[in-house]
Amino acid sequence: MIDYNKVLSKTAIEMKPSGIRKFFDIAQSIDDIISLGVGEPDFKTPWKIREAAISSLKLGRTVYTANAGLMELREEISKYFKRTIGMTYSPVDEIVVTVGGSEAIDISIRTIVEPGDEVLIVEPCFVCYAPIVSLSGGIPVSIETKAENEFRLTPDELREKITDKTKLLILPYPNNPTGAIMEKSDLEAIAEVLRETDIMVISDEIYSELTYSGKHCSIAQIDGMRERTVVINGFSKSFAMTGWRLGFMAGPKEVIKHSLKLHQYAIMSSPTTSQYAAIVALQSCEKDIQMMRDEYNMRRRYIVDAFNKLGLDCFTPQGAFYVFPCIKSTGMTSDEFCEKLVYSKKVAVVPGTAFGKCGEGFIRVSYAYSINHLKEAVKRIGEFLEEIKNN
Amino acid sequence: MDSLIKLLKTNARLTDAELAVMLGKTEKEIADDIKKLENDGVIQGYSAIIDESVIDSNSVYALIELKVTPQSQSGFDEIAKEISQYDEVESVRLMSGGYDISVAVTGGNIRDVSQFVSQKLAAIDAVQSTATHFVLKSYKNNGIIINSSETDERGLVSP
Repeated sequence: MIDYNKVLSKTAIEMKPSGIRKFFDIAQSIDDIISLGVGEPDFKTPWKIREAAISSLKLGRTVYTANAGLMELREEISKYFKRTIGMTYSPVDEIVVTVGGSEAIDISIRTIVEPGDEVLIVEPCFVCYAPIVSLSGGIPVSIETKAENEFRLTPDELREKITDKTKLLILPYPNNPTGAIMEKSDLEAIAEVLRETDIMVISDEIYSELTYSGKHCSIAQIDGMRERTVVINGFSKSFAMTGWRLGFMAGPKEVIKHSLKLHQYAIMSSPTTSQYAAIVALQSCEKDIQMMRDEYNMRRRYIVDAFNKLGLDCFTPQGAFYVFPCIKSTGMTSDEFCEKLVYSKKVAVVPGTAFGKCGEGFIRVSYAYSINHLKEAVKRIGEFLEEIKNN
Repeated sequence: MDSLIKLLKTNARLTDAELAVMLGKTEKEIADDIKKLENDGVIQGYSAIIDESVIDSNSVYALIELKVTPQSQSGFDEIAKEISQYDEVESVRLMSGGYDISVAVTGGNIRDVSQFVSQKLAAIDAVQSTATHFVLKSYKNNGIIINSSETDERGLVSP
């Protein structure tokens, strides 16, 4: 009998499963649960995008594409960057079409990080950055953002964690799980700290289209930042295309050419059907994006107001589709709160700690659900709060 | 105003307070907006979307095409208004194309509806002919998907 602990990679064995996993198992074991725990849109992919995929299949477009993705799609992505953040990236050698934003995160980290490098990760954040940094032998260093700063990264918090080993900053805004955004002035202050260093930036902007006050700003737009920034985006959230597994990355060609090698060896090329669909998404779905954004915006206002009325302080998030209410007033930890809530009222929300230690005292609530669904969940959370107050 | 109409169209039971929060307005502004929509005739009324077949599986819903002789003074209006008076009638519309007036009728069973058509509608002088279509199944009504069996395929919790 093989002792797998001896034959398997130590790094893989020691990698912790996502904090969400445990909670998923609990939720799974309970019937008739009403969930606010999902990190993906409730909308279906707009029909014309689905139609484009079907039509590409009918035409028999079923072979690999160029490694970096269909040229026509890269051209559309290039135009998209121009019209959304005003940046010019060449479709020839500065853009790679990836398998979701996830692959872009993976290969951009691997392109930059070497063993012993410190990587600054702004928390709370999406769950994959630290494990991938560890795979490259890098050392994840958390920067904990605070509710009183609306979970924005401040230059002081950044400066404090920089050492001579710091290689990379991962900047995830608009943010999952807090819904925080970084405005232009916030980014300028961060750029001010970074400009005098050799620190690179990976800016994960997957929720950029879901910005509710003004226009999304990328750190790549700030003076001197383009040369040190890899921008990651994708189709999952903005176009409701999670299952299509399609994202993209853009950056200076000296970086992209090496990332492309990793992509080429691991993936060959991203799913062809999805790529044909994505061309249509970028060409003709601005109205659909607007419709979804308006809908999320109404739900956002509703849910923020509802939590504040319930007495769970909730800052007004300006991005993504999450709110991050504070549950410290209940005296419970995030884990306790979420477990008790799901067992007693069958409502699933995610403990803030799944997204970093500084998420303690908070819960992540997704509003990628219909208003009626949200209303029912809020009602049950209200009952739950009453019951624990009376006990 | 457009987003207010859209919200009310899918759920007229949202309270002014809820609408105000969702649209980033005050309750008073919402109340005023709704009053204006009602006064201007944009909002004609509020009703629940009922699936009669759940209450009574024999109940039927029929669309009836009428060919009508227009009257010298009032054209089709007088006839249409007369037809609208019947309780059985749910909607009356003047149409372009192969017939003139479309009437939607509900009844307890097929016999009731047939009798209503032959004895009431066909008996109106100006009505030249009727064609009755019984609805077999409704899939979408007033923008609402009926008895949607679609479930949320997303996992319960995901990052």
